[in-house]
Amino acid sequence: MGTNNMLFAVILLPFAGFLFNLLAGSFVGKKLVSLVGCGVVIISFILSAQIFMSSFLQGASTAVQSNSIRWIDVLDFNVDITLYVDHLTIVMMLVVTGVGSLIHIYSVGYMHDDKRFNRYFSYINLFTSFMLLLIMGKSLLLMFVGWEGVGLCSYLLIGFWFDDKEKGISNSLAGMKAFIVNRVGDLSFTIGLMILFTYLGEKFNVWTLDILKIKDVVATNETALNIPLLTAVCILLFGGACGKSAQIPLYVWLPDAMAGPTPVSALIHAATMVTAGVYMVARFNFIFALCPTALAVVALVGATTALFAATIGMTQFDIKKVLAYSTVSQLGYMFLACGVGAFIAAIFHLVTHAFFKACLFLGSGSVIHGTGGEQDIRHMGGLRKKMPITFITFAIATIAIAGIPPLAGFFSKDEILWKAFSSNLAVGKLVWIIGLITAFITAFYMFRLLFLTFFGDYRGHHHVHESPFTMVFALIVLATLSVIGGWVGIPDALGEKVIHTQTNKFEHFLDKSIPHEAKSGPLHKENSHEHHSSAEFILMGVSILVALSGIFLAYYLYMKKKEIPAKIASSFPELYNTIYNKYFVDEAYSSAIVQPLIASSVQTCRFDNTAVDGSVNTIAYSTGNSSKYVGVFDNNAVDAAVNGVANEVYSTGGQLRLLQSGNIKMYLSIAVVSSILIMAVLWSILEWKQVKDFLVSLGLL
Amino acid sequence: MLWFTKYPVENLLILSSAVFCFGIYTIVTRKNAVSILMGVELVLNSVNLNFITFSQFVDNAGISGNMVAIFVIVLAAAEASVALAIILGIYQNFGRVDVDKLTSLRN
Amino acid sequence: MNEFITNHLLSLIIFVPLIGATVILFIPNNQRLLIKIASLVSAAIPLLLCYPLLNEYNSASAQFQFVERANWIEYFNIEYYIGIDGLSISMVLLTAMLSFICIIASWNIEHWKVNKGIKGYFCLFLLLQTGMTGVFCALDFFLFYVFWELVLLPMYFLIGIWGGPRREYAAMKFFLYTLVGSVLMLVVMLALYFTSNKDGAFTFDLLWYKENASKILTSWGSKWVMVGFVGLFIGFAIKVPIFPFHTWLPDAHVEAPTPVSVILAGVLLKMGVYGLLRISYCVFPDAAIQFSPIMMILGAVNIIYGAMCSMAQIRGVPRLDKSTGQMTIEQDWKKLIAYSSVSHMGYCLIGMAAVTTAGITGAVFEMWNHGIITGALFLLVGVLYDRAHHRNINEFGGLWAPMPYYGGITAVMFMASLGLPGLAGFISEALCLIGGFQASDPTNYYLGISGAYFYKILTGICAIGVVLGAGYFLWSYQRIFLGSLNTKYAGISDISTRELITIVPLLIITILLGIQPTLMTDLFINSVKEFVSFIGMPWITTG
Repeated sequence: MGTNNMLFAVILLPFAGFLFNLLAGSFVGKKLVSLVGCGVVIISFILSAQIFMSSFLQGASTAVQSNSIRWIDVLDFNVDITLYVDHLTIVMMLVVTGVGSLIHIYSVGYMHDDKRFNRYFSYINLFTSFMLLLIMGKSLLLMFVGWEGVGLCSYLLIGFWFDDKEKGISNSLAGMKAFIVNRVGDLSFTIGLMILFTYLGEKFNVWTLDILKIKDVVATNETALNIPLLTAVCILLFGGACGKSAQIPLYVWLPDAMAGPTPVSALIHAATMVTAGVYMVARFNFIFALCPTALAVVALVGATTALFAATIGMTQFDIKKVLAYSTVSQLGYMFLACGVGAFIAAIFHLVTHAFFKACLFLGSGSVIHGTGGEQDIRHMGGLRKKMPITFITFAIATIAIAGIPPLAGFFSKDEILWKAFSSNLAVGKLVWIIGLITAFITAFYMFRLLFLTFFGDYRGHHHVHESPFTMVFALIVLATLSVIGGWVGIPDALGEKVIHTQTNKFEHFLDKSIPHEAKSGPLHKENSHEHHSSAEFILMGVSILVALSGIFLAYYLYMKKKEIPAKIASSFPELYNTIYNKYFVDEAYSSAIVQPLIASSVQTCRFDNTAVDGSVNTIAYSTGNSSKYVGVFDNNAVDAAVNGVANEVYSTGGQLRLLQSGNIKMYLSIAVVSSILIMAVLWSILEWKQVKDFLVSLGLL
Repeated sequence: MLWFTKYPVENLLILSSAVFCFGIYTIVTRKNAVSILMGVELVLNSVNLNFITFSQFVDNAGISGNMVAIFVIVLAAAEASVALAIILGIYQNFGRVDVDKLTSLRN
Repeated sequence: MNEFITNHLLSLIIFVPLIGATVILFIPNNQRLLIKIASLVSAAIPLLLCYPLLNEYNSASAQFQFVERANWIEYFNIEYYIGIDGLSISMVLLTAMLSFICIIASWNIEHWKVNKGIKGYFCLFLLLQTGMTGVFCALDFFLFYVFWELVLLPMYFLIGIWGGPRREYAAMKFFLYTLVGSVLMLVVMLALYFTSNKDGAFTFDLLWYKENASKILTSWGSKWVMVGFVGLFIGFAIKVPIFPFHTWLPDAHVEAPTPVSVILAGVLLKMGVYGLLRISYCVFPDAAIQFSPIMMILGAVNIIYGAMCSMAQIRGVPRLDKSTGQMTIEQDWKKLIAYSSVSHMGYCLIGMAAVTTAGITGAVFEMWNHGIITGALFLLVGVLYDRAHHRNINEFGGLWAPMPYYGGITAVMFMASLGLPGLAGFISEALCLIGGFQASDPTNYYLGISGAYFYKILTGICAIGVVLGAGYFLWSYQRIFLGSLNTKYAGISDISTRELITIVPLLIITILLGIQPTLMTDLFINSVKEFVSFIGMPWITTG
């Protein structure tokens, strides 16, 4: 298979799976459905790996691109369907198809008893397809198709149990909320995209949405660019990312999105879709790097979200909600990295996060599955003996997210913190501190979750059992990846010290997509190598220390002195309530935006009914009324005259009518008599002589 | 020269007038539709007589008056046939042909 | 015979329904099936004739094709002059297709609430089809006007006789409103006629007007050209409909029977847009350029205002019922879609205000897409209405469970209507928005904003409509299909085969054109190019 065909196959296979499962799925049985549903994604993964091996690991290691298929073509606005795979894309492809395959396999067990099994697999296949389109599309518009497409799948899957007796309505409302909030972000994204398109078109006469061409134009005209305008473009594009990747102020949909089946939360709302925003910002690094203000905005929003969501995570009791806020927080971390110009570190964290967060979500799914649908951690506890594999994998992933070496999370998180610290940006140090605090809180609430769920005594009533093999398999693989996944990105400083080679393979690999300048060009100090590495070591130590103290605090509060948390909560009731209720952000949005919007729409429609339509009706009625007066005049004056004449004629006719009896004899008699009379008259008037003369003139006489 | 030309024109005109008056009288007095039709024929023939007369005395040796007379005869035949058909129809429908009683078209 | 067909293809497409209507008049009233079959055949023939039409249509040319020309009323120099170019071919196709589908959708006419005989209904429907197709083909202004008015009459009866409870009011409103517009159009038409001079004679020839637009400008003066443009504009704006001339639309849509709503939304609204493009813009290009900012504002108002009114249907709009004197809460699904039409036509307006290739292509494509998508939506509303006999959004719930196919199809069409990428609606809306964004007129100030930003800001505001659209569509979907099932409708039957036959073609087209929009845009791209360069907006310098 040629590369071109392979690229298309990667996307089209899951799409074919979607069609098959949607149309034929209900007839062919669950086995075939799961075989097709998982098979297509696994083959996609194999193909991606094949592309990775053949085009990136070996040979020239350059980007590959498919043939172009004509899509939109209206002279000055052309968009072709072209798939483009560079180093950044292939990393994403491997994550999406790799983690995706595992979650598909996991779903076979998790969704086994669901009545819409085939529909679930069709949606999740469609999601994979759109996600791949999002990352592989060469044109911004194609990326946008995937962008919206994954939003659609997210909507469908969050509301998957829309007909549940108790939670049906809230499930479907959560889906709707996700879609609409994403749409708000997309609005920002669209406007940014259009500004960029027309700006490049008007200024440089390059009318294109092709990402590579935009990159070329930006690169060749770097000095002539209007930086404030591009800053606006960046912030608007980032607005789109805020929607998709659940950042302040648009993060509100993600915690609600946990209404969907747990594998969906793992795949869409942790590992892949929500990271699309990070991917997009990294993809546009060449513009973001030119706009320090935009970067600062990204960094601050990311850091704030990271801290904000982490604090909420501390107080939640729903196992999935905790993980959801943790996801929001970790995504904030990634944007924090983007904001300090460390795009590669952001992608690195994206990858490791995909591993351990998917593992955590699947683990939580396994727990929910094992405890018969229980999600409240207050009703769990002591599960480590009953679900040993789930416990071990969950624990590994928790250690990973807390940032303990040598697990994956440590390397990526540390990379971000180091880049933030060493950044040239004004906000660098500030976001570094926030990042450090967040790391502390993260370690704390993740271990709180671990302790409450798996340690102590079981507080529920359900018969707990370990999950089936299909589910456990995915957990084991993901846990393994959570351990070793970070080893491709061990900081050079550490590698050079210990084994005297450059160990940050990840960074060197992505260098080709995200060039050095964008990553650190004007933004990072060019420090001497020695100073660089020693500072890095100190920071590593600090972050390990912070993580450990977080873990210790959790241990102390939830294992040793279990009564303290309740005491703390009761001594600061207002603060606790605010945080427990997620700072009342949902309520604020509802009363500040949603309700006024709906109310004003009702007012608009009433205005339409009363004012706009009312004036039309008023014109109609007043025309009707004035015509009434005209009618009165018409009847009494104009028509009266006409009727008078008519009446006269009528009455005369009525009398004359009597003559017309229908009696032919009378007619004839009248005719005879009258002709005699006429003759007599003629005679008397004209005299006999004249008649005679007339007859003579005719020659008769 | 036809035989009647030796008489003065007045005689012929008086004859024709007499026939006309008989015809009118028949139409006015009789009730039976067939009789009325016969009266009409009389009127028509009196007119024919007039045409022939004037054709001889006025349009000397011309045939235009005779032509009109022939035309009238043809028309009279047609008229008679149609009228008889109508009368027959009336008879079939009403069982009589008394014109004074046939008033269903009135008003 | 073959030659006759190829030479008179357009005439046949226009008049076969009329012939069919005449034939149906001679079928006895009780032969219901025969009447239906006859009307189905009369609507199918134009659709079949569209195949040779498409086959022989040369999309590389911007010229008028299939032109037929004959004297009609010689004394006034009125011609029977028809032909199509890119701007009209899609509309001819749309009319033929939707009419055919609507005949099928009318198949259950005996079971409607209002049962007033079927012969008249089908005759009027076919007459309507003749009128609509004629409007899109006429190249003589007088002929155009005749067809335009011909549409009005059957529509009036179709709403007024077969409509819902307030049918008389709605029909009368529709008729009078459109007639007001027609009168304005008539005045401008006569003014154009009596100032024309084609080889020494007056003419109604639209193409002559277009070729001599500059002559008309000099002889009328720019002020009167503007007056003429506005006159025509109002005439067409009522049909589009453009705020504030839109209020006939919700009433007419809500009261009309399903197939008539489909035609009303699918084709009649397009007549307004088409009229603006074909006549207003081409006869008065100079005025069109000056009018562009106002058009832009109206487009934005249409989008946002229509979307807000749609959204209001979810919460419910209190309304005084005149007959009973009580306040009622109105939550009509059909009204929601009717107002969404107002919103969607706004996209056409911003594309037209910009007059760039992207904008005009977007506008023409949006005309087509809106016809397909909203036509399907009205059919879908009709499906539910036939079963439940009401359209109150709030009284349903959980309908997916008994009606999965129906729910699935509705979901796809809703997604298409809210502009989901991958479906047809997205492409046209994106093109319109990009068109609006391309417009930039730095030399002028509008509302105190430089023309360089004016269009962009308004287009940005228009994009909010996309969010609102997602809001009201998903919300109504939520209310009707999701959540727990309203037990009242537990036994409701899923969509029937006949209904599927009407909707599935539209569904397929929606998906197909989302993936391959060039199938449609290639038909008219060259005409659009010619049109754009003819109007010549000051900002058209794009490569």
